[in-house]
Amino acid sequence: MLNKSNNNAPMTLLQVTNISKKFGDFYANDNLNLSIETGKVHALLGENGAGKSTLVKMMYGALQPTSGSIFWQGQETLIASPAHARELGIGMVFQHFSLFEALTVAENISLALPVQLRQGDLSQRIADLSLDYGLPLNPAALVADLSVGERQRIEIVRCLLQQPKLLIMDEPTAVLTPQEAQALFSTLRRLVEEGCAVLYISHRLEEVKQICHDATILRHGKLVAEVDPKVETAATLAQLMVGSSVHQVSRNTNGEIGEVLLSLSHLYQSSSAPFGVDLVDVNLQVKSGEILAIAGVAGNGQGELFSVISGEERNPQQHFISLLGQVSDGLNINQRRLLGAAFVPEERMGHGAVEHLSLTDNILLSRHACNDTESPLDRGWFGIDRRQLAQLNKAISINYDVRKSREDDVAGSLSGGNLQKFVVGRELNRKPKVLVINQPTWGVDAGAAALIRQAVIDLSRQGSAILIISQDLDEIFELADTIAVISRGQLSPSYAASELSREKIGLMMAGSHEQTAQAAGA
Amino acid sequence: MSPYEAILLTIITASTPLLLAAIGELVVERSGVLNLGIEGMMVMGAVCGFAAAHVTGSAWLGVIAATFAGIATSLLFGLLTQTLMTNQVATGLAITLLGLGLSGLIGSGFVGLPGVKLANVSIPWLSDLPYVGRLIFGQDPLVYVSIALTAAVAYTLNHTRMGLIIRAVGQNHASAHALGYRVVAVRYACIAFGGATSGLAGAYLSLVYTPQWIENMTAGRGWIALALVVFSTWLPGRLAAGAYLFGGVWILGLYAQGMGVGIPSQLLSSLPYVATILALVIISTNRRLSLINTPASLGQGFVPDR
Repeated sequence: MLNKSNNNAPMTLLQVTNISKKFGDFYANDNLNLSIETGKVHALLGENGAGKSTLVKMMYGALQPTSGSIFWQGQETLIASPAHARELGIGMVFQHFSLFEALTVAENISLALPVQLRQGDLSQRIADLSLDYGLPLNPAALVADLSVGERQRIEIVRCLLQQPKLLIMDEPTAVLTPQEAQALFSTLRRLVEEGCAVLYISHRLEEVKQICHDATILRHGKLVAEVDPKVETAATLAQLMVGSSVHQVSRNTNGEIGEVLLSLSHLYQSSSAPFGVDLVDVNLQVKSGEILAIAGVAGNGQGELFSVISGEERNPQQHFISLLGQVSDGLNINQRRLLGAAFVPEERMGHGAVEHLSLTDNILLSRHACNDTESPLDRGWFGIDRRQLAQLNKAISINYDVRKSREDDVAGSLSGGNLQKFVVGRELNRKPKVLVINQPTWGVDAGAAALIRQAVIDLSRQGSAILIISQDLDEIFELADTIAVISRGQLSPSYAASELSREKIGLMMAGSHEQTAQAAGA
Repeated sequence: MSPYEAILLTIITASTPLLLAAIGELVVERSGVLNLGIEGMMVMGAVCGFAAAHVTGSAWLGVIAATFAGIATSLLFGLLTQTLMTNQVATGLAITLLGLGLSGLIGSGFVGLPGVKLANVSIPWLSDLPYVGRLIFGQDPLVYVSIALTAAVAYTLNHTRMGLIIRAVGQNHASAHALGYRVVAVRYACIAFGGATSGLAGAYLSLVYTPQWIENMTAGRGWIALALVVFSTWLPGRLAAGAYLFGGVWILGLYAQGMGVGIPSQLLSSLPYVATILALVIISTNRRLSLINTPASLGQGFVPDR
């Protein structure tokens, strides 16, 4: 589809010189220089908050630089808007897709195309191009019914229809199974052979080594290195990103495995959300001293499973769930906490913590009905024990390294990583017998992630049963004693972590263990 | 004219203002805006339409004045909610209260004055056909306008690019903005369209239904129109069916009262509202179906983050 350039020598397509972006007093980008060449995949690396997204938004015209300039094909260019960027030949696949769920694939793509590309049989062209690049799509399908991987294809196909010269991809594999990721890589390789340039943002270093030709590393808004990822190791790249060597999580494997503390047997649950996933015959057991991790691509029933275990969804008539030996299907979340269980939901803001409340109030919200503090926090007519709450807040901050500007700040003023440390620390501080965490380190930088993971391991070695739901295979292999995989609401049997390879997990993520897999055409 | 024919005719007359007001609100809600001020826009249309027709003697000038009064009222709502970012629910309620009060003030000099009635369409021979002549070929022009508008809205929303953009803006305004569509401008246009049809609905009341000005003459029809939009799950075809169903229930209630059926009149006149509540309950049990059409960003203001 794309014009093959006759001379295959790489030439500079886009160059950024001395670019800075200031938000208030804060430099999100500080005097950056970068050049992207045709026929190459260029990696942009950095931790959360390093300024990758800001830089990319300026290249795509969604933000304007405070100072500095952008050269497009050798000409200084002011990229005024995303529409202008697309006209120039810059396409972007976002991390959070900007799709319309209730519209069809073809309608979604049509909305993003300039007039001249909408003419004729768009649906046919979508079907042809998507097949040609190995990204099959049904133009008439409703986006709401598609998997996350398929949704990403829509974004890619919509960029490809515009025959971009530069394709920007923001963490494209975060939502893909390993096999889907490999398919994406071959599409990218083909694009690059055709003379397109790709700017690839990721923090998965192995895949950067696999497909990228150049890498630019940012830290705190500054450019720290330009390297050839093929000659670096994942460890040296990580060190450049973080600025110091990352704490290695240590796992003492000779923990005592004891009795079953959490078990689900033959759990069925139809989803109450409009586009939710039904849970089908879910079985699992977590023993004292054990960490069970559930892997899976987002949106395969993880949220539904979490809310059934935490008591946000209750089934008083059923006997699916047993917490510390007690049937718990009908218990609400506080009754389950009283049994000794603790829960950390996926969204830290709005679900794990209330944005406008102070940290002590947030502690009170999940702890007021627990009996594991020195004395009850809620003293009835005598009011709330503020003194003890302040002590708890201090202890959590110190033990879990929560950084904040005031001792009792509002939750909303904490950065994502610090808030996650607070939300996890609040529950770990109770020393719960059963801990369920959905996405323990999602969107958290490497330092904070290591701290959280170490704390979780330490708790399990003290005899707690821990269930982790995660999309991050690195995290799963770092933490888990046993692993199960969820796809379309069906959970695989649990395997010892040492028995499983990434490839095997990838196949299971794609549904190889599902009873209905063949019927569903998977 | 047979009694059945008479009943059908009154049902159409009772349903048309509901359909007119609701079809505009449907477009407004599809673009993601919840305008609770229909009642206020309708009553402004009714009073301005009556006044213009009374002063000029032309019912058509009344219709035009009503349309513009509806648009003006809706643009006030637009200015408050889209530009000044006020809360849509509170603003809509305020527009209703403002419309009821202001129309009373404007109309105080017109109470009891003779009105001008918009003449029915009369097509030689066709309008005189037995049974169907009056029903199909002899209605007032606004009945045909309401049906044509419904068809046009259905076609526009589903088959044109303009409709696609309106749906996209209502589904996910952040994405629509990211793609370069002017969310606020699209919403202003939809709000103005909703104001125009609400104004027309008001004109229907004061120029066709009862050609005179009575304070608060909309009598809650704006709220029924609002419920109808939800009842229809934002689909124009279902909206038309719902409007005639509600009009029918209303009129049959009146007839039952007239024939001395032993039911308290208050109960009968509450029938449309009961039907509305029932419809809402039934719809909310079928979540998936209704949610596919429900504009996901309904009622949320949009501030671009730049």
